[in-house]
Amino acid sequence: MAYAEDAELEELHEPHSFWTKYIWSQDHKVIAIQYSLTAIFVGLIALVLSGLMRMQIGFPGSLETVDPTAYYQYMTMHGMIMVIYLLTALFLGGFGNYLIPLMVGARDMVFPFVNMLSYWAYLLSVIILLASFFVPGGATGAGWTLYPPQAITPGTPGTDWGIVLMLVSLAVFIVAATMGGLNYVTTVLQARTHGMTLFRMPLSVWGIFVATILALLAFPALFVSAVMMLFDKLLGTSFFMPEMMSLGQQLDHKGGSPILFQHLFWFFGHPEVYIVALPAFGLVSDLISTHSRKNIFGYRMMVWAIVAIGGLSFIVWAHHMYVSGMNPYFGFFFATTTLIIAVPTALKVYNWLLTLWRGDIHMTVPMLFSLAFIMTFLVGGLTGLFLGNVIVDIPLSDTYFVVAHFHMVMGVAPILVVFGAIYHWYPKITGRMMNDTIGKWHFWITFIGTYLIYFPMHYLGIQGMPRRYFSYEEIEFIPQSAHDLNTFITVTAIFVGVAQLLFVFNMFHSLFYGREAGPNPWRATSLEWQTPQTPPVHGNWPQKLPVVYRWAYDYSVPGMEEDYTPQTVPDDPAHESIQHDEAGNPDGAPA
Amino acid sequence: MAFAVILIILTIASVLFHYLNPWQATELASNWGTIDVTLLITFAVCGLFFVVICGFMAYVLIRYRHREGNKAHYEPENKKLEWWLIVVTSIGICAMLAPGLVVYGDFVRVPKDAAILEAVGEQWRWTFRMPGKDNKLGTSDVKHISSSNPFGINPDDPSGQDDLLVLSNEVHLPINKPVKVLLRSKDVLHNFYVPQFRAKMDLVPGSVSYFWFTPTRTGAFEVLCAEHCGVGHFNMRGKVFVDEPDVYESWLESLPTYAESLVRDVSLGLEEQGKQLSESRGCLACHSVDGSQSLGPGWLNLYGATETLVDGTTVTVDDDYLKESITDPGAKVVKGYPNVMVAYDFSPEQLDATVAYIRSLAASAEENEVEREEESAPPEAGNTADPVSRGRQLVQGYPRIMQPYPSNDSDTHALVEFTQSIHNDKQGD
Repeated sequence: MAYAEDAELEELHEPHSFWTKYIWSQDHKVIAIQYSLTAIFVGLIALVLSGLMRMQIGFPGSLETVDPTAYYQYMTMHGMIMVIYLLTALFLGGFGNYLIPLMVGARDMVFPFVNMLSYWAYLLSVIILLASFFVPGGATGAGWTLYPPQAITPGTPGTDWGIVLMLVSLAVFIVAATMGGLNYVTTVLQARTHGMTLFRMPLSVWGIFVATILALLAFPALFVSAVMMLFDKLLGTSFFMPEMMSLGQQLDHKGGSPILFQHLFWFFGHPEVYIVALPAFGLVSDLISTHSRKNIFGYRMMVWAIVAIGGLSFIVWAHHMYVSGMNPYFGFFFATTTLIIAVPTALKVYNWLLTLWRGDIHMTVPMLFSLAFIMTFLVGGLTGLFLGNVIVDIPLSDTYFVVAHFHMVMGVAPILVVFGAIYHWYPKITGRMMNDTIGKWHFWITFIGTYLIYFPMHYLGIQGMPRRYFSYEEIEFIPQSAHDLNTFITVTAIFVGVAQLLFVFNMFHSLFYGREAGPNPWRATSLEWQTPQTPPVHGNWPQKLPVVYRWAYDYSVPGMEEDYTPQTVPDDPAHESIQHDEAGNPDGAPA
Repeated sequence: MAFAVILIILTIASVLFHYLNPWQATELASNWGTIDVTLLITFAVCGLFFVVICGFMAYVLIRYRHREGNKAHYEPENKKLEWWLIVVTSIGICAMLAPGLVVYGDFVRVPKDAAILEAVGEQWRWTFRMPGKDNKLGTSDVKHISSSNPFGINPDDPSGQDDLLVLSNEVHLPINKPVKVLLRSKDVLHNFYVPQFRAKMDLVPGSVSYFWFTPTRTGAFEVLCAEHCGVGHFNMRGKVFVDEPDVYESWLESLPTYAESLVRDVSLGLEEQGKQLSESRGCLACHSVDGSQSLGPGWLNLYGATETLVDGTTVTVDDDYLKESITDPGAKVVKGYPNVMVAYDFSPEQLDATVAYIRSLAASAEENEVEREEESAPPEAGNTADPVSRGRQLVQGYPRIMQPYPSNDSDTHALVEFTQSIHNDKQGD
């Protein structure tokens, strides 16, 4: 805890001009908001792209601009933006930045300047990415997985400039994520306040912390594959390019392996799923606990489950490659590891339900989103067992079953957590509550709408409908009813997409007209709700750093007046000295 | 409360939907019924967990909803309960994984008596090769690929001489005989996918991948590409016919061997050279020659036609236009088609041959007009252009006001016949 003591001696240099306070800010809270708003902005672009794609699938030929070239470009950009530039950036850069220092009781990230650079590098990567729409040949249409050789050979949209900008943008993003990630990990390890042991941290911090470690270990694999593919494209090397033809012409490449890229990509790509999922697990745990007024069930198991999932996520990657033409005997190993990872994941679901069990459940908007998350994640998780079990994957691979599965599990489920978390922490960030009525409308449309979109979609895949098709005309085994279902999905998707404007409106409207929130509107225990000012000022705790006496889940403790006991409340009111309990004991709670 | 009710409704609706929806797996046509069984087991186990978990959640939400004076219980953990849940989950996982791995064991072990079929993919079409009498495929290499050797068979390898070549996207297989499909790509990743066979596998340039199955039902089955392979991915189709043995044998006899294909090459006319060139260089992947819808303008009756370009001007398709479009495809793009073709650096002889072939497709069409009208499926390019291009191939001078009419095949066909009859009446006058 040396850092905490040092930090209290340091003088705070609060910025005063508009520029240093809001633009070139080194305050983790401002950087978090910058990250979040940028991510939500690109997310809205990706949402529009998905609408355009769905128009072609639901109403073929209805939009003249959506030709095969444009379709594949929209598809690629939609996927990449949603996975990397929205979800990863929002969970780590947004929530990670805002919550880590506040929840562990630090004044700021340990490297504020690097933290600022992280955001500006992220913004640069977004600008490079979006610029690819406007270069000759347009954005790349290689699919978000960017598989070579197709990603860099003619015959795919955007192989002149689009793919180069995409790879450069990814490389810049990884630089940004690394600068941010080093900050989050160091802050969690070094800057916790007095008494904040690792096992007293809220699960939000645990989820983001482990996800950040995964990011630091996984992103380099993507970085090198981006650089190697750039070399193949620009310098004529052959990392991923075998001796091959392209549209009738012999290419100069020789000896490279397209499957090598897939291994590198998924060595990053599978942990990436958990880079998005683990923060969502953490945040939703805190939401469920707070709004059911009950301690999280099995905290220690929850932490170990996060760590186990994080570790296992590095040895399951080739389940994305069962039909890739790799050595088929790998299938036995990866099917087994993949199904093992289901055990700690299932345990998390059980413990969320057992947290609700015998609780005092308040149906607030954040709680509604959390419950919807459990249901959506359950479906997405169970369908993952289909795809993880190698032989069941073989007929379903590359069909709409996969599309439905990953949208449920890492599209809709984390986004529901994002919404719930924003409704939950908005009062701390702005000092005002978001509008409850609009929030509930937004919730019901989003939850039921996405379920209606993605649940039936699985069955298109079971029937065999292949994904990444511009048109399904004249495929004999696809009946008219499947086209009708696609039309239904498109109509629903566009309705749900437009309904997201409710959220955007609520976010900006409540900034000015929302009800005053007070410091702790949800009566929560964790440190961020105990700041002297709301919103917290620069430095979070301008005078003394808080002292932590208990874990973050003391809700409805027997014998206590209130149904929550903040972490800063001493066990024995007379007992004022600092606890140096490093043993990692969650039983900071009364026995 | 509302959420619990919706949760119960969604759960029941999901289960009913599973049993009642019309989108079930296609009728099986291979030995991989065992894959369907593993799918069924997975559905059973996952369905059970789904219903139990959702049911418990609904119960909890109703039973423990906030009411005045309620207080939550305080119970940080219950190790015993957690371990029980882990054990139950693990049993469920094993129930799915164990049979899955057993069936996968069959999938990776190819029977010794399996026949060999090589499927060769390229953007965006299929060709096929089978071993001849020696039951052994000749070695192949990208560097051998040429217009006279589209498969890239090693000319010095004796075992390749009797290989049987299928230079179209339609291939036949005998029923009830295991077949090992060897997969080879000339350019990018593809995936050989026939939904009714259940099995599928990627084609990877630079290596040969494989899978096996036994066809168990006669009929025609569509081959789709299931790995994104560029802008024509959705259009990369083929067909597998599963035949009774005698039908299969007679088809097999009609195939040229590699050695024969080389001999034939010597005495080719210009048109025939063009035909071979457009097959081997992949032109036909995007340009149909039978009037069907394709990624690029179809070649049937193209020569001499007047086409509207993207900039609104028109052009008459003649030798010069065709040659320019081969060597500089982006210069004059026909309206309604994406500008995706790459430039081909054909020699003047190759250009002449290709143009001669395209010209022949127009000439022969006129000559055979009467004959073709009697056929069951007349070429009807413009009329049945699928909704992909609906509203795009608009006749100049008319406004874009007609809405797309969804219709089934027989309706469309009847309309086309009617239109043709009017045309014939006029000619009769």
